Amino acid sequence: MDRMPKWADIVLIPLISLLLAAFLSALVMLAIGEDPIKALGIMIQGSIGSSYAWGYTLYYATNFIFTGLAVAVAFHARMFNIGGEGQAALGGVGVALVCLYIPWPHWSVALVGATVVAALFGAAWAAIPAFLQAKRGSHIVITTIMFNFIAAALINYLLVKTLKPVGAMEPATAKFPAPTHLPNLHDILGIFGIPFSRGAPANIALLLALLACFLVWVLIWRTRLGYQLRAFGHSESAARYAGISPTKIIMVSMLISGALAGLMAINNVMGEAERLVLNAVEGAGFIGIAVALMGRNHPFGVLLAALLFGVLYQGGAELALATSIPREMIVVIQALVILFTGALDNMVRMPLEVLFSAMRRKPEGAK
Amino acid sequence: MSDQIPAIELRGISKSFGPVQANKDISIRVMPGTIHGIIGENGAGKSTLMSILYGFYKADAGEIYINGQKTNIPDSQAAIAAGIGMVFQHFKLVENFTVLENIILGAEDGPLLRPSLNKARSALKSLAEEYELNVDPNAAIEEIGVGMQQRVEILKALYRQANILILDEPTGVLTPAEADHLFRILENLRREGKTIILITHKLREIMEITDTVSVMRRGQMTATVKTAETSPTELAELMVGRKVLLKVEKTPAKPGKNILEVRNLAVTDEKGIKRLKGIDLDIRAGEILGIAGVAGNGQSELLEVLGGYRRATGSVKLNDQPLELNFGPSGGQKRRAMGIAHVPEDRQREGLIMDYAAWENIAFGYHNDPRFQKNAVLMDHDAMKADTAAKMAAYDVRPPDPYLAAKSFSGGNQQKIVVAREIEQNPDLLLIGQPTRGVDIGAIEFIHKEIIALRDKGKAILLVSVELDEIMSLSDRIAVMFDGRIMGERLASETNAQELGLLMAGMNGEAA
Repeated sequence: MDRMPKWADIVLIPLISLLLAAFLSALVMLAIGEDPIKALGIMIQGSIGSSYAWGYTLYYATNFIFTGLAVAVAFHARMFNIGGEGQAALGGVGVALVCLYIPWPHWSVALVGATVVAALFGAAWAAIPAFLQAKRGSHIVITTIMFNFIAAALINYLLVKTLKPVGAMEPATAKFPAPTHLPNLHDILGIFGIPFSRGAPANIALLLALLACFLVWVLIWRTRLGYQLRAFGHSESAARYAGISPTKIIMVSMLISGALAGLMAINNVMGEAERLVLNAVEGAGFIGIAVALMGRNHPFGVLLAALLFGVLYQGGAELALATSIPREMIVVIQALVILFTGALDNMVRMPLEVLFSAMRRKPEGAK
Repeated sequence: MSDQIPAIELRGISKSFGPVQANKDISIRVMPGTIHGIIGENGAGKSTLMSILYGFYKADAGEIYINGQKTNIPDSQAAIAAGIGMVFQHFKLVENFTVLENIILGAEDGPLLRPSLNKARSALKSLAEEYELNVDPNAAIEEIGVGMQQRVEILKALYRQANILILDEPTGVLTPAEADHLFRILENLRREGKTIILITHKLREIMEITDTVSVMRRGQMTATVKTAETSPTELAELMVGRKVLLKVEKTPAKPGKNILEVRNLAVTDEKGIKRLKGIDLDIRAGEILGIAGVAGNGQSELLEVLGGYRRATGSVKLNDQPLELNFGPSGGQKRRAMGIAHVPEDRQREGLIMDYAAWENIAFGYHNDPRFQKNAVLMDHDAMKADTAAKMAAYDVRPPDPYLAAKSFSGGNQQKIVVAREIEQNPDLLLIGQPTRGVDIGAIEFIHKEIIALRDKGKAILLVSVELDEIMSLSDRIAVMFDGRIMGERLASETNAQELGLLMAGMNGEAA
C-alpha cells in the first residue's frame, strides 16, 4: 500500500534534495562572481581529499552523530528536543570537572569516567524541560530552547568566575592533564599500520559514536522501552489505553536524548580541545536537528547525514580559506542544504509519489 | 415514470486512488421527488461516489447530468450552484457561532452582516413552517443537541436553494426518536418535490423510508431495486455477496457468580463537567450486559474508568477484589493483570498503533508479558510474529500478513486484530465498545459469534454500543445510559426498541 518503494524514500529523496540545494548554491556563487565548479572541487578536496581532511570531516561528523541521535531518540517519542546545544555544553562542563579534578591513571579509565559524567550532565540538563513537559504541560520546544540560553550564560559564568585558572586572561579552563588525553585516529590506525594524519582532531570518540548508533538502534527497535516509546510517539491516546505511562516515556526519552547530546563533549572537549572554552559546541546541537531530519531518525541515516554535514562543514571552512568567498556564504550553502533536505522535504516527495503511482498504474493497464 | 427527466443521472463514473479502484463504471438515475438509498459495506465506495457528486473528487471517467443537463462539478461551489446540498456524517458547523451565523456562513450577501442575518432569519421562519424544521436561530451550536445541529445542516443546504439533498449516515448519532423526527422531515421534503439521497449501512432505515435503493459492493453498483420489491435479507446478500445471518444465534445465558460490582461510580472530567453521576452495575459470569444509549452520555467514560485510564470515585470490585480508581498513569497495565481485557470504542485512536505492523500490535498492552520477552533487554519478535500468525488464522484476518501495518487493513480486519488480541487473553471481564463500528457485515457476524463464545465459557462481558439492534441481539441484560446515569435496566427478552428508545431519550420508562 506504500506510495513508493522504500529505496526511493531513503535514497532518492535526500539525493534529489541535495542536488537541488547544490544547484541553488551554484547560482548563489555565480551571482557573487565565483566559479561553482572550482568551489565544489575545493570543498571536496578540503573535506575528503587527504587523511588530514578526513580527520577534520570525521571529527565534525562525530559531533553531529551524537547530537543527531539525541534529536532522533526524542523524536521517536514525538518530543522535539531543540536543546541539544545546551545539553552538549553541559556535558562539556561535566567532562572538564572530571578531567581536571580527578587524578586519572590512564586515558581508558578517564574515558569511561568522563563518558558517564558527560551523559549524566547532558541528561540532567534535559531533565528539567522534560519534567515541566510531563507534569506541567510546558511545551518542550520552548523550554529546551530557553535552556540553551541558560546553559550559555551558566558556562560563561563558570569560565569567567570559577573554572578559569588564577591569572589567566582567557575565559577557559586549564589544559586537562596528560593522562586524560584521548588517542586520535593517527594513534588508533597506527596500531594496524595504516598511516593517518597526525594533526587532525578525529579521535576515539568516533568509535564511541558508532557504538552509540548501534545501541540506539537496539533501544528503538529491539527493546520493550523502544516499543513503548515509539507507541507513545505514534499515538498518545493509544499509549494511555495500553497503560504506557506518558510521564515515564517523556522523562526517559528526554533523559536518553540529553545524555547522547552530552556525550558529544567526549569528542570536542576531551578529544580535541583538551580544555573547556566558551561556545565549545559551535552550533552542533542545532545541526543535529537537520541531521536527524535528513537521516529519517534512523541511526544509520543519522550516521550518513552526519558524514555529509561533516563534509559540508569542513569543506566550507576550506572554501573560506582558499577563496574570497566569505564565511557567511558557506553558512548560506549549509542553510540551503538544511532547507531542502529538511523543511522542503514534501516539495520533492509529492511529485515523486505521483510519478511512482503513475508508473505503477501503467503496467496494470497494459495487462 | 420513464419519460420523466431524472434529477441526477450518473453515467459510467470511475475513480481510482493509486492501485485502488474506489468506483468502477457506476451509473445511476435518481428521479425527482424521491428518496433514493445507497447502501453498502464500509469501503464499498459510497462516500467516494458522493464526494464526486459534491465536487470533492474529480472522476477519472464518466458524466454527471443534473435535471437532464450535463454538468461539470469541479468543486463544492459548483455543486451548490447546481442545487446540490450535502449533510456530512461529521457536521461542519462553527461551534461558538449561532444557528443563524452558521447558516449564512459562506453565503453572506455583502460586507455587512446585518442585512444577511435579517434575510436569513425570515427565510428560516418559512422553512421551519414548511418542513417541521424548528430551531432557535439565536442559539449557539454548542448549546443545542445533535439532532438540532443536524437540522441546522439541512437548513444550510435549503437556504442555498438546494433541490437535491445528500445525507451521509445521518442517523449514526441520533436517538431512535430523533431519527424518526429526521425521517418525518425527509418525508416533508420529498412531498415538496426535493430529491434526497440517503447513504447508510442500516437496512432498517432503507426499508423504512426509501423509494428505490442501490447496493454497492467493492466499488461497483451491484443492483438498483424498488424498495417495495425487496427485503432486508436480499439487500444484505447483495451487499456482502453471499448469504448472511442477520440474527445472532445464542442460547439463554447461564449466569454464575458476580464478577463485576460497580457502586456509585462518578467521574468529573478535566473541564469540571460531571460525566458519570453515580453508576451501579453488576455483571455475572457467563452473561453479557449491554449498555445502550446515544453516544456521549457517559458510556466512553465508563469504559475508560474500568479500562484503567480515567480516574473516578466510588467503588468497583472484580471477583470481590477492589479496583484502584485513583491510579497512576500505568493504570491500564494493572487492569490487564487483574484479568480485564478491553476492546476500545475507537480502534484507530486507542486500540491499535496504526503505523505498527500487525505483529507489533498483537503485543500492544501486553508488551510486558513474559511470553513476548527474549531476555531482560530484548523483546522476542519471533514469538510476537508467531502469535500474530496464529491469531490471524484463527480469526480469519485478511490478508494474513503479520508484517502489514495496521493502517493497511480494512476496518473489519483491524477490528478482528484487536478482538483476537483481547479475547485470546481469556479475561474474566471483557470490556467491548462499539465492537462492529465501521465493520463489514461478514466480520460483524464473526465478531458477534466470538463474543457469544466467550460468554459461554463463563466470562463476564460489558458491551457498549450505539447500535440498538446490536445491543438487543447480543445482550442478556440491557442497561440504558442517559446523561451519566443508568436510566433503567431490562432483561433483553422482556423489552423492545420503543421502551429502550424512551429510556435513551432520558424518559423513565417506569413512570411512562
